[in-house]
Amino acid sequence: MKAIVYVTIKENVLDPQGTAVQGALHTMGFGDVGKVRIGKYLELTLDTTDRAQAEEQVKAMCEKLLANTVVEDYRFELEG
Amino acid sequence: MKFAVLVFPGSNCDIDCFKAVEAIGEQVEYVWHTTTDLSGFDAILVPGGFSYGDYLRCGAISRFAPVMNEVKKAADEGKFVLGICNGFQILTEAGLLPGALIRNNGLKFRCHQTPLEVVNSATAFTNQYSQGEVISIPIAHGEGNYYCDDETLAKLQANNQIVFRYAGDTNPNGSVGNIAGVSNERGNVVGMMPHPERAMDQLFGSEDGKRMFTSILNAWREQHGAAVNG
Repeated sequence: MKAIVYVTIKENVLDPQGTAVQGALHTMGFGDVGKVRIGKYLELTLDTTDRAQAEEQVKAMCEKLLANTVVEDYRFELEG
Repeated sequence: MKFAVLVFPGSNCDIDCFKAVEAIGEQVEYVWHTTTDLSGFDAILVPGGFSYGDYLRCGAISRFAPVMNEVKKAADEGKFVLGICNGFQILTEAGLLPGALIRNNGLKFRCHQTPLEVVNSATAFTNQYSQGEVISIPIAHGEGNYYCDDETLAKLQANNQIVFRYAGDTNPNGSVGNIAGVSNERGNVVGMMPHPERAMDQLFGSEDGKRMFTSILNAWREQHGAAVNG
């Protein structure tokens, strides 16, 4: 089974990288860009076919390591 | 008094911390991150650097090193724990200190002297400074922008857990409330982005960092009723 994890900076936390990229896009003429937020994308391969167990495990991984919930949100999808 | 200087793969301020303790004439040992016993130490220094290459997030992987269980134990026992720069990041990731360190608001790696205001001189780490004193300590970080939510900030203020602020309008990284260093509620764990171990001698441009180490020694002596040598 595969887990796709998205880690993003919380809405109320400043994202200096996103702000810099937004500025660059504006300079390039993409004036319609209102906001840019940069996050992380992780692909995990899991040696299990038990969906419920995988869900529980990936959640624990996110809470403990993959995201810092003080400043980041996470969501994930299970495939296969 | 005996200090431990933790060493992770990628630590690079461990030698400076070691020398800083030597400079105040106390015992110090390097402790590798796989160590599972810190019982012989009175204070633990978590040095700066780029442990585990800052992979995933600064300090995120180091917090699971075997030695970190022992650091937690030591903190629970009331021993002194000081995290500097990457050490601060590790302690927040480990949940030993509130908040998190995110990327500097200007995106640049900032490396220069900073004036720091001693906001709380009543801690075991700052008792040799006077309240409100401005000291000169260098910073060297790309991810030192301290963040916590409003509720946590109010708690930090109410409990006097803000130890250092960047003085005046010198905030180099956009940290909440100009925070440069905080303590836990009990006051025996402190984390800070600036490097006191790099301000041990006027030759380096400042010796203001020295009093952090003598503060810890002083606090330990008071706790243990130890006689002052020399």
